[in-house]
Amino acid sequence: MTLSFTKHTLGNGLDVILHEDRACPIVAVNLWYHVGSKNERPGHTGFAHLFEHLMFEGSQHHDHGYFQPLQGAGATLNGSTNADRTNYWEVVPSNALELALWMESDRMGYLLPALTEAKFSNQRDVVLNERRQNYENRPYGLASMALLAALFPPDHPYHWATIGEVADLQAVQLDEVHAFFRRYYHPANASLSLAGDIDADDALAVVDQYFGSIEPGPRADRVSASASLASNVRLVLEDRVELPRLYLAWLTPAMFAEGDADLDLATDLLANGKTSRLYKRLVFDERIATDVSASQNSREIGAFAQLTATAAPGRTLAELERAILEEIARVAADGPTDAEIERGRVQAEAQFVYRLQTVGGFGGKSDQLNAYNVFIGDPAYFDRDLERYHAVTRASLQQAVARFLNPDRRVTLSIVPDGRFDLAVPDSTPAVVG
Amino acid sequence: MTLRSVAVDRSRLPEPGPSKTFAFPAIRKSTLDSGLGVWSVYHPQVPVVSLMLLVRCGAAADPPGKDGLAAITADMLDEGSGDRSAIDIHEALANLGAQFDTDIGSDAIVVSTTALSRFTDRVLGLMADVVVRPALRDGDFARVRQLRLHRLMQLRDIPSAVADRAFLKLLYGTHPYGHAPIGSEAALREMTADDVRAFHASAIRPSVSTLIAVGDCAHDDVVRFAKAAFGDWDVNGARRLQPSGEDTDSLALHSEDAVSASLPTRLAVIARPRAPQSELRIGHVAVPRSTPDYHALLVANAILGGQFVSRVNLKLREEKGFTYGARTAFEFRRMPGPFVLQVGVQTAATAEAIQESLRELSDIRGDRPATSAELALGMAALTRGYARNFETADQIARGVMQLALYDLPDDYFAAFVPAVERVTVDDISRVMQHHLDPARLTTLVVGDIDAIGQDLGRLNLGAPVTLPADSF
Repeated sequence: MTLSFTKHTLGNGLDVILHEDRACPIVAVNLWYHVGSKNERPGHTGFAHLFEHLMFEGSQHHDHGYFQPLQGAGATLNGSTNADRTNYWEVVPSNALELALWMESDRMGYLLPALTEAKFSNQRDVVLNERRQNYENRPYGLASMALLAALFPPDHPYHWATIGEVADLQAVQLDEVHAFFRRYYHPANASLSLAGDIDADDALAVVDQYFGSIEPGPRADRVSASASLASNVRLVLEDRVELPRLYLAWLTPAMFAEGDADLDLATDLLANGKTSRLYKRLVFDERIATDVSASQNSREIGAFAQLTATAAPGRTLAELERAILEEIARVAADGPTDAEIERGRVQAEAQFVYRLQTVGGFGGKSDQLNAYNVFIGDPAYFDRDLERYHAVTRASLQQAVARFLNPDRRVTLSIVPDGRFDLAVPDSTPAVVG
Repeated sequence: MTLRSVAVDRSRLPEPGPSKTFAFPAIRKSTLDSGLGVWSVYHPQVPVVSLMLLVRCGAAADPPGKDGLAAITADMLDEGSGDRSAIDIHEALANLGAQFDTDIGSDAIVVSTTALSRFTDRVLGLMADVVVRPALRDGDFARVRQLRLHRLMQLRDIPSAVADRAFLKLLYGTHPYGHAPIGSEAALREMTADDVRAFHASAIRPSVSTLIAVGDCAHDDVVRFAKAAFGDWDVNGARRLQPSGEDTDSLALHSEDAVSASLPTRLAVIARPRAPQSELRIGHVAVPRSTPDYHALLVANAILGGQFVSRVNLKLREEKGFTYGARTAFEFRRMPGPFVLQVGVQTAATAEAIQESLRELSDIRGDRPATSAELALGMAALTRGYARNFETADQIARGVMQLALYDLPDDYFAAFVPAVERVTVDDISRVMQHHLDPARLTTLVVGDIDAIGQDLGRLNLGAPVTLPADSF
């Protein structure tokens, strides 16, 4: 199984990755900037994401909304920001490829002349509403912030959520926006991938025409930081919820590092889907939880595994904690079964095939090529990525669980209904989140 | 190759070239003796198959007093078959890397699986096991019902879910579309495993079902596998059980005028103290999928609130900064579905957001009719990128499913773009005047009423009706 491509680097440092797939007359244009909230500093959080919004408000040669011409050409488009990167994409009919490249290159090369105080303050309001909608006014919405803050120390860039602190967002000044753009939004810090109905040579020529003359900026410094948990951190947070929910989180190996794939499969076999051990025990047999899930959240310079379970009415989070730790201990002691390893292998293979179905959007082929290029420096990593999952054995998975899902080095967060601190696991102290 | 950077013309945007022709998927159809339709599209780009079993019977067929019966029946399908448990079934699916899902709407239940195409026959076998021969055991029912009661409890925490459910009730009352598929706590508590077994026997039948297979699998193979898997699905020999003694077909086909004609509530509120945002829903019962105005309504809605560059989103988000996003939709169903404007706005802006929304809904009908530029944009957004809806097996299967659910012709996809391109600005005004009636609009607010009550009083929508949060 392969994802074929060609890669070129323009004179200004822009990586260009091209993948031909002529089945449908569409092209995915996918542009990654290697900047995310981990490039922010304490007191200035939420910046990378706010900036993503500003990228849709017009640039020097098209100082109107970004959506209109592209939607008028039949495109879908979006962008997203996480801790490590910001991506922008359009999926256009192949006759409108040049339009998409014009638009993307104009905002890469000529954003600042069109960036006004009015646009800036409008989008800050929009982002504050995004924060209200997705965090503050959503049940359990602040849990992720509390976990990150407890897992990573205050000077570690994964300490804060990408959406940022309200006070920081309110304090941002326009000149900071300019400096941020100059530092991170330039060809040498970006990777452009085109996938779909293109001729690779022709497409490269057009890309060079639009992007080749944009000046490169300074090489961005690599961010480095480390985190460790010396003991158990036990927190509780009140929320407007009916049922209490328990979160367990551990620091784990970074994306693509040794143990990362093992923990991906381990979290699946522990808590994802009806075949998982914890679903069977907590939801199906004992019926003490209404749901359970887990994930290995792989990031560029670190990661964390998270396990979540909601208590059934009348059940306590302490009961859930006990059962969850028992099941983790069982995997740590005995490893998974052969059947579980085989199932994980088959599912990984199927997932990789499913990932080949679409050229664009979040997670499409263009996005995957950029992910591998930006994080590994090699778009061809698709094949080797699957091999990582095939290489997982009973012993390696057992060792990863024993080593990283350590019961004595974890963050435990109870989210309880307002005023019901008594429902939290014992020895919890109130968490503080923005 | 040698690259040479040349100056590019930034004085104008490049015009897209001529559209490429695109061959829409050809649908092949067979019917098994039982009446089960087997439709397929050969789509071999990736060795994947998307299998969907559409049952044209959904939450609107819930018998009176049993809101949620269709949904819990659908949910029970994969809880075991024969002597196999839910876990056994899911292990069998997982061992094939298959992704299984059950979905329920007002008009249909859909059981779908995406799988590697080499497993098509085995996956169809498993799908038949759960759809045709589900165990529907008492013990599993008790557990699943309990989980759904917990889910209902949790939905009360989610402002958008509270708003969605309450709004359906406001618009439809006791009409079959008046409740969300999950139903109500009271109805679920009364329900029994016998209800589920009776509903399964009477409503989930081959004669109202279509199996859709899209992917790297030839039609003849799909039919052969379907016969092997579903061949014995035939309820003629079995005694037909009827929920509440009524025929489910007639329940599913209530006439349009079943929707209450009485004067609607203008303004309703559900209190959510200290909420940082208000969830708003504004709308009324509108049109069925079968309306001849379908294409014109799609374009009109794109202009009004159906895309990022729409009047409502530009006003509330890009001009005012009140929200992360606002949108409108005509929800097309077999019977008249709702028109809804939905948005979450910062608390302090609630009344102004309602006022601006109502103005937009009114203006497009005549005071500020769609311009030719807006028409061109809305039309282009729907037509120029149409081919991208046919890229993956899942997308195509969903598209084909619409044909089966709404009785649309085989050439529907090919006819779509020309039909949209025929829409004129006069059509936009006409369909908006006809299908969007400001006098009938109901506005629902889920938010911090203590903070916004006075502002709401100035809206001229009469005294707000206060609904308790757990009244539905």
